[in-house]
Amino acid sequence: MKILVAVKRVIDYNVQIRVKEDGSGVVTDNVKMSTNPPDDNAIEEAVKIKEAGKATEIVAITVGAEKAQETVRKALAVGADKGIHVKTEGVLEPLAVSKIINKIVEKEKPDLVFMGKQAIDDDCNQTGQMLSALLNWPQATFASNIEVKEKSLEVTREIDEGLETVEINIPAIVTCDLRLNEPRYASLPNIMKAKKKPIEEINVSDLGIDITPRVQQLKVEEPPKRKAGIKVANVAELVQKLKNEAKVL
Amino acid sequence: MTRESMEYDVVIIGGGPSGLSTAIKLKQLDPNLNICLLEKASEIGAHILSGNVFETKALDELLPNWRELNSPIKTKVTKEKFLFLGKKRSLSWPTWLLPAVQKNHKNYIISLANLCRWLAEQAENLGVEIFPGFPASEVLYNDDGSVKGVATQDMGIDKDGNKKDSFEPGIELLGKVTVFAEGCRGHLGKELIQKFELNKGKDPQQYGIGFKEIWEIDENKHEEGLVMHTAGWPLDNNTYGGSFMYHAENKQIFLGYVIGLDYKNPYLSPYDEFQRFKTHPAIRKIIENGKRISYGARALIEGGFQSLPKMFMPGALLVGCDAGTLNMPKIKGSHTAMKSGMIAAETINEHLKNNKDLSIFEQKFKNSWVYKELFEARNVKPSFSWGLILGIIFTGIDQILFRGKLPFTLKHKHADHQTLKPAKEMPKINYPKYDNVLTFDKTSSVYLTGTNHAENQPVHLKLKDPNLPINYTLERFDEPAQRYCPAGVYEIQKEADVNKFVINSQNCIHCKTCDIKEPSQNIIWVTPEGGGGPKYGNM
Repeated sequence: MKILVAVKRVIDYNVQIRVKEDGSGVVTDNVKMSTNPPDDNAIEEAVKIKEAGKATEIVAITVGAEKAQETVRKALAVGADKGIHVKTEGVLEPLAVSKIINKIVEKEKPDLVFMGKQAIDDDCNQTGQMLSALLNWPQATFASNIEVKEKSLEVTREIDEGLETVEINIPAIVTCDLRLNEPRYASLPNIMKAKKKPIEEINVSDLGIDITPRVQQLKVEEPPKRKAGIKVANVAELVQKLKNEAKVL
Repeated sequence: MTRESMEYDVVIIGGGPSGLSTAIKLKQLDPNLNICLLEKASEIGAHILSGNVFETKALDELLPNWRELNSPIKTKVTKEKFLFLGKKRSLSWPTWLLPAVQKNHKNYIISLANLCRWLAEQAENLGVEIFPGFPASEVLYNDDGSVKGVATQDMGIDKDGNKKDSFEPGIELLGKVTVFAEGCRGHLGKELIQKFELNKGKDPQQYGIGFKEIWEIDENKHEEGLVMHTAGWPLDNNTYGGSFMYHAENKQIFLGYVIGLDYKNPYLSPYDEFQRFKTHPAIRKIIENGKRISYGARALIEGGFQSLPKMFMPGALLVGCDAGTLNMPKIKGSHTAMKSGMIAAETINEHLKNNKDLSIFEQKFKNSWVYKELFEARNVKPSFSWGLILGIIFTGIDQILFRGKLPFTLKHKHADHQTLKPAKEMPKINYPKYDNVLTFDKTSSVYLTGTNHAENQPVHLKLKDPNLPINYTLERFDEPAQRYCPAGVYEIQKEADVNKFVINSQNCIHCKTCDIKEPSQNIIWVTPEGGGGPKYGNM
């Protein structure tokens, strides 16, 4: 069985996001970038499945500019066998990414496609679902546990009401939750070995698909500053304020 | 347990200016050398913090064509100011009366973090293997006592020292020569200085704590290329320190403050001195309506010539501020750090090719311009132990009339951890409340550093005696760690009338001040899990 795992390069989760002065986006210059955290879980799960003898090959794919390749390199260091970097410039929407992965699936013929449940930069949470529609494959989103069976997967999903367990036929798409596993560290010798693993570079123009953005971004601005809280003397005052000022009672 | 090991010709610890220059110079001398460089930060540059007004002397020698290589050295110094601050007023000191070492017209305003990222690219292009996120936690020795290499930190250990599922053992990196370039107060460098008595016969090392904030300010107040320094308020005559304000590109200014860690009053809070400094009318008028976008702090070396340890030992070299090559009156250490690394590279090359002893480093260093610079600068910092005014008068005579050639050398008398006076003998200092416009609390400052350490790992700030902070340091010095730490790592919390010493190690921004200033040297800074600590951008 072959697993394709999609990884995205995003601003590191520890970095405080700053909005550009002209409102055209967020500042990415001189900012630490990393792999989207749930994508790390996706890679980890694929590696675990391979270690359990249930998969034979893991291919990591990323879409983006030159430096996006770092995320594929990291995936190779923790156990992926081969990398694919689809080179693009400019804005990429989930639809474009899912079309690109769709093309790569045609070429690589994986049995499973894993990715993070959403990216922490745009929080779209769409690529997996759109890819499922394009491929007409079943999908299990927000996976917190995956059991590989003969021709299907049993996936536990994190949903608002609790946990939902579904069974889907292979081939399938799974988007991974942070609770799925604890990603391993890349060891130094493995990072060195990863430098020698192959990464196939593909220009997006060679895929023959339309990735023009469908959404026009008007403005990015910071959320309004939270007002300082106040201390109330007693319960009566609290109730009074909730009733008359906040008007929530 | 046996660890995996890998062999290299040269192993370099630390991806700052000295370590990267060592690597680049080595590859230039012999492209076939196998070189690996370890860095504890998650990427090169993420733990680098510096002013920085950059003198290109060392870079001109290392990469003479740097102007053609898209380097991040862009803003030439165009104008200089020096202000003496009183509480409300300021007096501008004519720049022609500044000693030559403090003139900057040939220099550039840069982000040292970005310079290091660029140097790392140059090094990687030459074939140096760079591994960020891997702290060297341990020195390895041969049977004959010489340095064999280092071991990287184990990953995936929980706070009680047990292995987690994600456990990944450290590995041994063995070098024919190991170069320690950890920067000021490197924890392995500290061990080597003690073990090989590298500081024998030298004065105790002197340190400072440096703060830096980046502000985006009004266009009409921004003068790209302007370098301004101040002395005086808010520090008293007996505390060594001053500020810098460098107008960099993109309407940013690099605003910072340095305070000598030989201060005496345990109630002094370097962080709060910096915060209130920003409220001085001469500073306020520039940053008002601006926005603070970065914060950070780091200890720096101030001891200079008298405190510089021997930089070679069997199997290893100590370079840059891991030894202490900063030129204090110049307020610069990047060019000297780089040059010391380049000299180390020449030494190593001769050692590997012609079997020369590493001790040839000493003579090479003595013949270099770094040595001459440090020698001429040697009397400035100790003269300030007489106070700001006498220090300035002496420095004028020493630097302007005699150009550092006075026939004597002043001594540094005390190590910084010995200078605190008992709290009851010193005045309390009431710092103004933070206004959240110009001044901010430590929590919101640390937030800007992007600092994080993986949860559930051992505390990397070790106490030799866990009871000492409450039983002695609190009683005698009112536990100054609460104040000298620029990140709020140390707190005294009262629980049911019992005082408790709390270490919030996840906040640590790796400045090393606690390791230096703790009066009983009771706090030992060791490396946390790889990739932890701040994530500085263009600091």
